[in-house]
Amino acid sequence: MLHFIARRLLVLLATMLAVSFVVFAALELNIEDVATHVLGQFATADQRHLWLAENGYFDPFLYRYLRWLAHFATGDWGRSIHFKEEVTTLIPYYLENTAILAGIALAVMTPLALLLGVLAGMREGSTLDRVISFFAIATTSIPQFASAVFLSGIFVFWLHLLPGASPMTSGFAWRELVMPVAVLVLAGTGYLARMTRASMVEVMSSAYVRTARMKGASFPRVVLRHALRNAMVTPVTVVMLYIPWLLANVVVVEVFFAYRGFGTLLYTASLQHDVFLIEGCTMVAVVVVVSTQLLSDLAYVWLNPRVTFDTPSEKTAGAAA
Amino acid sequence: MKTFGALLRSPSALFGLAVAAISLATALFAPILAPHDPLRTIAPLALPGSVAPDGSHLWLGADFLGRDILSRLIFGTRTVLLWSSLATAASFSVGVSMGLLAGYFGGKLDTALSFIANTLLAFPVTVLYIIIITSFGASGANIVIAVTFASAPGVFRIMRAIALDIRNRDFVAAAITQGESALAIMAREILPNAATPLLADLCLRLGYTAITVGVLGFLGLGLPPPTPDWGGMVAEGKNMAIAFPHLVIFPCIAISLLMLAMSLLSDSLQQIAKGGSRA
Repeated sequence: MLHFIARRLLVLLATMLAVSFVVFAALELNIEDVATHVLGQFATADQRHLWLAENGYFDPFLYRYLRWLAHFATGDWGRSIHFKEEVTTLIPYYLENTAILAGIALAVMTPLALLLGVLAGMREGSTLDRVISFFAIATTSIPQFASAVFLSGIFVFWLHLLPGASPMTSGFAWRELVMPVAVLVLAGTGYLARMTRASMVEVMSSAYVRTARMKGASFPRVVLRHALRNAMVTPVTVVMLYIPWLLANVVVVEVFFAYRGFGTLLYTASLQHDVFLIEGCTMVAVVVVVSTQLLSDLAYVWLNPRVTFDTPSEKTAGAAA
Repeated sequence: MKTFGALLRSPSALFGLAVAAISLATALFAPILAPHDPLRTIAPLALPGSVAPDGSHLWLGADFLGRDILSRLIFGTRTVLLWSSLATAASFSVGVSMGLLAGYFGGKLDTALSFIANTLLAFPVTVLYIIIITSFGASGANIVIAVTFASAPGVFRIMRAIALDIRNRDFVAAAITQGESALAIMAREILPNAATPLLADLCLRLGYTAITVGVLGFLGLGLPPPTPDWGGMVAEGKNMAIAFPHLVIFPCIAISLLMLAMSLLSDSLQQIAKGGSRA
């Protein structure tokens, strides 16, 4: 197990290095562009040349990359051109707002999806199963900007129940979180529910569930005591992978509702060609994705005694009932 | 043919097929079907059903520049279908060929290609899109490039896993002994065996890519204006939606309907591929 974690951490580090190189090359290979973005489009060629010389941009590319990496590793991420603040002070604030939004969305959608998945999967082909499966497909296939429009149309403009934007300008407001959370939950629940359903269907048709049924255990007892635990392995590992999903998908929701989170920050940074802020945001996003993948793998090993990563598995199926 | 018959018996697949066929026809015959030129200014912010100064009807109203929304929706079908299929085709060409090479030859080539794929998969997709398109500019070609970077690694993984598995089968060994070239073995022995899982992935990915084209349009990173684009229409009308909901509601319905149809179709295809007879 320790060996497995150490090896994964090494791969994680290598991935991070590769990503940092790609990001640096994409944004800072063309130094004229960097100077234009930093000094603005009205700076003269001489001014740009002076700035580039002052900041060591005429050094060889690889040397510049290594110096940037060293600065990055020691916490010097540069200054945002648009916000006129240190990148390292900007990112935590916006990331925290996104963590609140994504955390609430995850806390609502996980139990909902597990419940729907179990209800659908315990009797495959039943009316309940078909209804839930249809809604799971329908909700996941609607793009988030469209469901944001539909939900706003109903709850904001028609029923006047909720605010239509969530800028939180006068302090934290729960009411402003409802719409963005609802859109994320609507888009995300279906996939997890379908995964849970598939896992549940598989467990319900296994030999040990049949045995439990034949020895006379009631249906609720079979579902709750025998099937549920084994059916939860896949969904729990999938829940982890929702964190990168949320990080990618908050962009649309945050931009739509003007919520000041990580997605808006990255989006604004990109539109303003705020080079150092884009670099910082991207690296943070990648760290989150890669570490949740690691956690998801660990959870899978921990929950499923049949899987080990050190030695080829010799145990066979059916051990965990 | 059997697959097609099975599709026709399932109501949700039938709905999916119908919407897909109508969308395709709309895209093909857009110039005939559209009542107006999608770029012509007629009557700014006209409400649905109003009559234009020249006596023609604006069934779904007009946008803030006075362009007919129905005509823009009809031409927008072209945008979403064309660019999502081009982008999916590019992702599959890159993913399948790299996956075949990595899975068949293995060794250092496999290690290198897998590392590149894993590096790309470490980016949240939207982040990748935003970075690529803001650095290279918003255009159709850059949408294809961005989607390929985000999507090809997933295709690569599927293809590589299948190629790894099949390479060690007896019929491949037999083909090698017969002196077949590596290219012939990949094309004739390995690729046909990967057809079913690749097809299922293709359907899903086509849907996701169409959503991506819409989302990029919504974020202002899609095709530059004045191209009729559903996501772009929502972005343009968003700030006036309180007073003029028709600006955003129709493009949202259009894209949701198309996405729903594609999901139902790919779901039915998967059910049939699995051999389950659930209608």
